[in-house]
Amino acid sequence: MTSARLSSTTLLIGLAVIMLAALAASIRFGAIDFTIRDILTAIGSLVPGSPEATLDQRIFLELRLPRTILCLFVGASLGVGGTLMQALFRNPIVEPGLVGTSSGAAFGSAMFFVLGGVFNFGSGLFALPFAACIGGVISTYLVFLLARSRENGRASIVMLLLTGLAINALFMSAIGFLSYIARDPQARSITFWSLGTLSGANWTAVKIVSASAIGGTLLALRYAKQLNALMIGEEEATYLGVNVNRLKWIILSINVVIVAVATAFTGVIGFVGLIVPHILRMTRGADNRFLIVGSAIVGATLLSFADLVARVSLRPAELPIGIVTSAVGVPVFLFLLRRSNYVY
Amino acid sequence: MLTVKHITSRVNGRELLSDVSAEFAAGKLHLITGPNGAGKTTLIKILARLLKPTCGSVEYDGEDVAAANELMLARRRAVLSQAVEIAFPLNVREVIMMGRYPHFGGQPGPVDERIVEDVMEMFEVAEFAARNYQTLSGGERQRVNFARVLAQLQRSHDDGPHQCRYLFLDEPLTFLDIRHQIDFMKKIRAFADSTDVVTIGVVHDLNLAARFADQILILNEGRIVAGGSPSEVLTAESILNVFGVEPRFVENGESWPHMIFE
Repeated sequence: MTSARLSSTTLLIGLAVIMLAALAASIRFGAIDFTIRDILTAIGSLVPGSPEATLDQRIFLELRLPRTILCLFVGASLGVGGTLMQALFRNPIVEPGLVGTSSGAAFGSAMFFVLGGVFNFGSGLFALPFAACIGGVISTYLVFLLARSRENGRASIVMLLLTGLAINALFMSAIGFLSYIARDPQARSITFWSLGTLSGANWTAVKIVSASAIGGTLLALRYAKQLNALMIGEEEATYLGVNVNRLKWIILSINVVIVAVATAFTGVIGFVGLIVPHILRMTRGADNRFLIVGSAIVGATLLSFADLVARVSLRPAELPIGIVTSAVGVPVFLFLLRRSNYVY
Repeated sequence: MLTVKHITSRVNGRELLSDVSAEFAAGKLHLITGPNGAGKTTLIKILARLLKPTCGSVEYDGEDVAAANELMLARRRAVLSQAVEIAFPLNVREVIMMGRYPHFGGQPGPVDERIVEDVMEMFEVAEFAARNYQTLSGGERQRVNFARVLAQLQRSHDDGPHQCRYLFLDEPLTFLDIRHQIDFMKKIRAFADSTDVVTIGVVHDLNLAARFADQILILNEGRIVAGGSPSEVLTAESILNVFGVEPRFVENGESWPHMIFE
C-alpha cells in the first residue's frame, strides 16, 4: 500500500511536470511566437517605472497569457467534471457534455448575452457564470429526470445517452435561435457556443474560472472516499455509512458549477471529461482520490495541447478548440462504447 | 440482541410485511426462509435500515435504529449481498479496504491494514490481493465481499463503548455452486460461533438452513408462520403449507432433519 501510494504521488508529480511543459509550449507558440526573452521583457514591463509595453508585449500580457492560464483551469474543470459524473453514475462513458450540462450552460450564457442587454440585468461580474449555472442545472436535471427508469429509478446508459442527445439538440437549437434573432453586436455566433473556443479569454474569466475550478476540486476531494464506496453500488455504499442521496446532490452540484462556469467563457468543449479519467484509470486504477487530482492535471494538459493545435494548425487563423477535442475524443468514445460490455 | 416490533411494510399499496415481531439473540445464527415474494429480502433490508418500515420499529440493543448516526451504524452493522458488480477496475485489496471506510478518516491506519491482511488470510484471497475484482469468478467475488464485510465488523480501539454488532446475509449463496455454498455456510457458522455478533440471513435451501441454523424463521405472505430450532420448524406439515411441496425426511444420523422433495 505504501509503495502504491508513493507511486501514485510520483505519477501525479510527473503529470504536473508534463502539464507545465504544455503550459510553456502554449505560452510561446501561436499566431505570433514569443521567445523566452520576449516573455521576460513583457512581464518586466509590468514593473512600475519600466518603459511602456510594446504592442507585442501587450498582445502577450492581455491575450496570450490569460488564454493559456484560462485553458488550464477550463481543462481541469472538464476533467474533474468527467471523473465526478462517471463516479456518480458508476458508468465509465458518461461525461458533462453527453448528459447536457455543457449545452445547457452554453444556452444560459447565450441567454445572458442576447437578453441581458434587452432587460438590462446582469452587469455584475458573476451574472454570466450564474446564468450558465442555471442553464446547466436545468439541462442536467432534465436529462436525469427523463432518463430514469420508472421501475427502479436508475438511469441506464442507453437512456442517458439518448436523452442527453435529445436535450443537447434542444438546447443547441435554442442557442441557434438566440443567435439568429440577436442583432446586438455583443451576441456571439452559434459557432462560439457549439464548437468552443478560448479566443475570448481575459483576466476576468481567469479569475472566475480558476476560483470555481480550484474550489470545486478541493471540495470534491473531500468526498473522494464516499465516491469510492459508491463504486460497489448504492446499497453497499449505504451499508458503509454513506448518505447516498446527499452525496449525489453534492457531487452533481459541484459538477454543474465547475462545468457551467468553464462553459460560460469558452462554449461547449466536448470529450475532455470522457477521455481524461480513462487515461488515468489505465495507469493506477479507479481510486477517486487519485482520479480527482489527476484529472485536474491531465485535463489541463490535454486542453493546453488542444488549444496549441487549434492556434498553430491554421496560422494566422485558428480552429475552434471543440473541433480538435472532438477529433480526438469521438474515436476514443466509440472505442469505449464498443468495448464496454453493458447489458442494458 | 435485535428486536423487531410490529413491522409493517407497504409499497405502492401492496403489503409486503404485516405486523412482524421477532427477537434475534447474539452469538446465534438465525436463518430466514420462505417462498418467493414472502418478504424475506424486504425484512432483511428493514433490519439493516436500508429501507424504512411503514410502521413498527427495529431496535439494536433496545435503541431504535431509525435514530442512529450513519457512520456509527456502519461500524456495527454489515450486509453481505447476493452479488456486487463494479463498473471500474478496482483490485481485491481496495475492495476489502472499503470495509474499513467507516472506521478511518483520511488514510487507513495500521489497525485497518492489519485487519485487511487478516480477513484476506481467512478467506484465502491474499494470493490475488492485487487482481482486478472484475476478472474474478462469482465464488471468488463472494469470498472478497465476505472478507470486506467482516473487515467492516472488526472493532478498532477508538470505537467507544462495547456495542453489539450485526451481520445480515441477503441470499449470499444465490450465485454459488454447491461446494461454495457449503463452504460459505461453514464459514458463516464458524463466525457466528466465535463472536457475539447477531447473524441473520436469508437462505433458500431448506437442507442448508436445517444443517447450519440455530434458529429458523419461516416467512409466508409477509407474516412469520413458524420460528424455532430446525427440527421444531421444518416439519412435513409446515413445509407443505408454506411451499406446497411434500418433503420426505431421511435419517442422516445427525441432530438436524434432512429432506428430499419429490
